[in-house]
Amino acid sequence: MKAFKMFAVLMLTVMIMAAPALAKDTIKIGAILAVTGPAAFLGAPEAKTLEMMVDEINKKGGIKGSKVELIIKDSGASPEKALSFAKQLIEEDKVFAIIGPSTSGETMKIKGVAEEAKTILMSCAAAEVIVNPVAKYVFKTPQMDKHAVIKIFQQMKEMKLTKAGVLSSNTGFGKAGKEQIEKLAPEHGIQIVANEVYDSKATDLTAEVTKVKAAGAEAIINWSIEPAQSIVIKNARQIGFKGQIFQSHGFGNIKYVEAAGEAAEGVIFPAGRLLIADVLPKNDPQKAVLVKYKKDYESKFKEEASTFGGHAYDAMIILTKAIEKAGKADKEAVRNAIEGLKGVVGTGGVFNFSAQDHNGLDINAFEMLTVKKGKFVPLATPSKKEGSPKKK
Amino acid sequence: MNIELLSQYLVAGITYGTIYAIVAIGFNIIYNATGIINFAQGEFVMLGGMIAVSLHSFMPLPAAILAAVLVAMIIGALIEIIFIRWLVSPSVLRMIIITIGISIFIREAALHVWGEAVRALPYFTGTEVTVISVGDVHISPQVLWVTGISALMVIILTFFFNYTLLGRQMRACSANRDAARLCGISAKNMVTLSFVLSAGIGALAGCVVSPITYVQYDSGTGLAIKGFTVAILGGLGNSTAAIAAGLILGILESFSVWVMPAAFKDVVSISILLLILFVRPSGIFGSVEASRLKEF
Repeated sequence: MKAFKMFAVLMLTVMIMAAPALAKDTIKIGAILAVTGPAAFLGAPEAKTLEMMVDEINKKGGIKGSKVELIIKDSGASPEKALSFAKQLIEEDKVFAIIGPSTSGETMKIKGVAEEAKTILMSCAAAEVIVNPVAKYVFKTPQMDKHAVIKIFQQMKEMKLTKAGVLSSNTGFGKAGKEQIEKLAPEHGIQIVANEVYDSKATDLTAEVTKVKAAGAEAIINWSIEPAQSIVIKNARQIGFKGQIFQSHGFGNIKYVEAAGEAAEGVIFPAGRLLIADVLPKNDPQKAVLVKYKKDYESKFKEEASTFGGHAYDAMIILTKAIEKAGKADKEAVRNAIEGLKGVVGTGGVFNFSAQDHNGLDINAFEMLTVKKGKFVPLATPSKKEGSPKKK
Repeated sequence: MNIELLSQYLVAGITYGTIYAIVAIGFNIIYNATGIINFAQGEFVMLGGMIAVSLHSFMPLPAAILAAVLVAMIIGALIEIIFIRWLVSPSVLRMIIITIGISIFIREAALHVWGEAVRALPYFTGTEVTVISVGDVHISPQVLWVTGISALMVIILTFFFNYTLLGRQMRACSANRDAARLCGISAKNMVTLSFVLSAGIGALAGCVVSPITYVQYDSGTGLAIKGFTVAILGGLGNSTAAIAAGLILGILESFSVWVMPAAFKDVVSISILLLILFVRPSGIFGSVEASRLKEF
């Protein structure tokens, strides 16, 4: 009994001393990420990145003297779970801002909740609808799908290709890309000769690529984030398709190149510069940030850094900069500060926010890359590359 | 539609078909011994591929495949011993639900062991772009490997179930468990053996198809659905019929892409599954009378 009393008194003392300190000095940031489940390849590196960054920020004394407390919730890519976590983070944990979710479906589900609670949401998902139309408290860090599509079309024009066969998977990512391709093709003079959607779990796509080839496509544009994107290029080469193959920014994971092996050679796709950080020219504004992130991440977690983890990195950097600029962790002041941020260098590009643009990235955030000897390299002088197609 | 294009679709169909068939054979073995469908069969396929890829980094391909098959067999045995063996006369429904649980368990465990990365074994002969061309029709040598190994498996299994004592004991257990036990057959051991066999065959299937389909922690589910469809289509328990049914389904799917948007490919296969279940539940090649005698 005596021991218990002493313990109780001790606990009380600690609580009394700690409580005000906590309330005054920490900035609570929530994160809803798909750490496990079908989108784990997005959420897992994002969560690791945030943990790494928060550790570093706190070691340096926090943001403006306030320590950061990170609360990560694993949504498993389920929009319903994301929604209940969002409510929990806002109402119970009273977080200052939420980073994530990892996927577009989840983000759209909680957009309204964040907006209503006037809590800043820094989404790590790609879909354009997240920031268009603009919601006051909702931002996103990944590049726009439409910019990726325009980049590919510009490249096609340069290679004098006009007939595209479009393949996409039946996921949110595939659908969003397909819509942008259909919308933007006419104004870029691209003719879509075949347009096929396949199951994201497809194990062989020979019939689909045969159809595209038979339709007279000079180039294949494939839009997916699943292993199917490796299968597409492999099957296309197996049936003797000689034209150029384009992939989306979802191809930016060297595993897919390894899986497709020789068939991946010469594939062209738009991507953030993280994948080619080491070979970027010294005067590139992103070089320093990218090399540091890549080195820190890879030495800490012993795995290759991906552009996806980079989206979380950018979200955290933007929040940090905005809090520093606002001078205090006040939701309203920080929100206004984000809209005023210009020239913030992140892994995805250089962010220039405004009241109308809650993504802050332009088409230059993408670089055209190609695969050479199983590695990602920048596509140098595109018109004279060996990857250029032979016309029939 | 010219003849080359027609043949190319046919070849695509054969590729799909053999992949489905090789998975379907695994379903048939456990069905033959226990009368249940093992919904974890797809996970055995995934495990085989994953283990072989991991082992291949420090041993030659044939050794890695052999070792992967052995490891999968041990896992199959363990699963049966831990989850199924001690059940006292379990109902079919209960067994099915248990196998669904096992499939989720293996999938999640694989996610933690291997992560979500996509892996593949190298092509057995040639590379990703090697093709055997006949005129304007191209076929990957790996497809021939899958076809060949499926055929070999069917021959060996037919021989095993019809002409060896052990195989006939297994069939006896399926036909009538009590009668088999009265004859001195250990029904429990036969069920364990069927899990070992189907895990091994699933794993072998996983190894040969992985260069084509790739393998990921959750790739078992998709393969299992198609394999199951083919097993039903051919008539449960009949492995030769499974190959024929696999080819039929694969070719139908492939030609469906020609006339319809590709997104409808799975609509075709699932419609066929439903149609068969309604019209001829014993399968195209199954005997109607025999299926009436079965519990499931």
